[in-house]
Amino acid sequence: MNVVFVLWLREVKKYLRSRVQIVASLGGPLMYLGVLGFGLGPVFQRAGEGSYLQFMAPGVIGMAVLFTAMFSGIAMLWDRQFGFLKETLVAPVPRLAIMIGRTLGGATVAVLQGTLIFVVTLIAGFRPVSVLTVPLAFLLIALIAVVFAALATAIGSTIKEMQGFQMVMNFLVMPIFFLSAAIYPLEGLPRVLAALTRVDPLTYGVDGMRGLLTGRAHFGVAFDVAVLVAVGVLFVAAGAWRFSKIEA
Amino acid sequence: MGDRPIIRVQHIVKSFGTIMAVNDVSFDVRPGEIFAFLGPNGAGKTTTIKMLTTLLHPTSGSLELDGLDVTTHRTDVRKRFGVVFQDPSLDGDLTAWENMDIHGVLYHVARRARRERCEILLRMFELWERRDDLVKTFSGGMKRRLEIARGLLHTPKVLFLDEPTLGLDPQSRNQMWTHVRSLRGSEGVTVFLTTHYMDEADRVADRIAVIDHGRIVATGSSAELKQQTGTDSLEAAFLALTGTTIRDESATAADQMRQVARVWRR
Repeated sequence: MNVVFVLWLREVKKYLRSRVQIVASLGGPLMYLGVLGFGLGPVFQRAGEGSYLQFMAPGVIGMAVLFTAMFSGIAMLWDRQFGFLKETLVAPVPRLAIMIGRTLGGATVAVLQGTLIFVVTLIAGFRPVSVLTVPLAFLLIALIAVVFAALATAIGSTIKEMQGFQMVMNFLVMPIFFLSAAIYPLEGLPRVLAALTRVDPLTYGVDGMRGLLTGRAHFGVAFDVAVLVAVGVLFVAAGAWRFSKIEA
Repeated sequence: MGDRPIIRVQHIVKSFGTIMAVNDVSFDVRPGEIFAFLGPNGAGKTTTIKMLTTLLHPTSGSLELDGLDVTTHRTDVRKRFGVVFQDPSLDGDLTAWENMDIHGVLYHVARRARRERCEILLRMFELWERRDDLVKTFSGGMKRRLEIARGLLHTPKVLFLDEPTLGLDPQSRNQMWTHVRSLRGSEGVTVFLTTHYMDEADRVADRIAVIDHGRIVATGSSAELKQQTGTDSLEAAFLALTGTTIRDESATAADQMRQVARVWRR
């Protein structure tokens, strides 16, 4: 238990110390929020869908959580090439404890980053329909964080080269973002796209948040939570399995 | 020093595909001695250390540390050794103290003992004043010292040092060896080290195993090796034993990259 805690603390401390990185990582979501949010706003409004900012704010929060969680897991490649990973691998503790500590640490950092973006969307003019559902929205943020931190751990344990990092960002993180319901509604999509959105775990995360914060869920919050929990269990198991297979 | 060996390696083989990295290697290390693995790059030194430190499984053969089978009693074996890898394994974004403290938790050292040991070791390795500085601000020599201090935190019986002076300047190297030699007195720890610098093996090691192409070609004290080959320096002895000299040019591209990376990180 101490082991899980100390490795969790390591991730959180490192995050809080990297002020420049915190500010820099706001850039992406801010751009989407600013450019898309205000740029596509009039079109969205004309289509009779209401405020686009209101619609996409949960999507941008989901994006921040996705990016941060994936990034922290992939940072393991860095740890592997330049150091600290080996120190934990030769320690007389179960690999599972190490994996859980790292993953929870990464997930916590993602939640912190998501919170930051949440505040930014509020400043930009996003208004949740009720204050009461906000704590529940954080449950969804936490679920998204765990799902993708675990996925990243599984990937980080499997690929060895730093170049793999770029691959993952281009062929996994960006599609996960674009195929989720973050920037467009799930209704009336072409069949192929509709099918792809439904295999993307982030879709359920964003949908659930949107349901809680704006009262507009496609699948229903309970269903979204159920899917995320199931995928989370699956990914954590996959992460633990891949992590146990690491050879130095 | 007549007791049972602290490390016993018998006929270990490790092959990666068709490459025999370690080919039927056997040796004993006695408690409390400084034992050096001397050989050129790619001789199988690091592979042997990785097997002894539970990171790699041998293809065949047996490894024992403090009477325990390394492949079947991993956790118990891990409690008994400390290791400094060839590549640094510190977290540069944490302070020296935090790096030490995490290690203590990973090795189940109780909080009070952890504090005491951290202080003793950081003082011993002259890092106490810098304990609250981020490790990325440390010089190469300081990082190495911190790694050794960390490896000793849980009072291991054996300390593995894989090329501990690679990439260090002559002064830091000197200082490093002074520290390592004093460990026997202060910590009573057995030191197993690898190096491709003959002068270093000559100076610090009680016994030396010369390894080349995955095989041990000779074992003994520096004096014994010289006597055995009828030569007057360890370098000449090595030449007589292997027919080659150890040269840095034989370093692989990866080794060279490593050194470059290390210089840049200072």
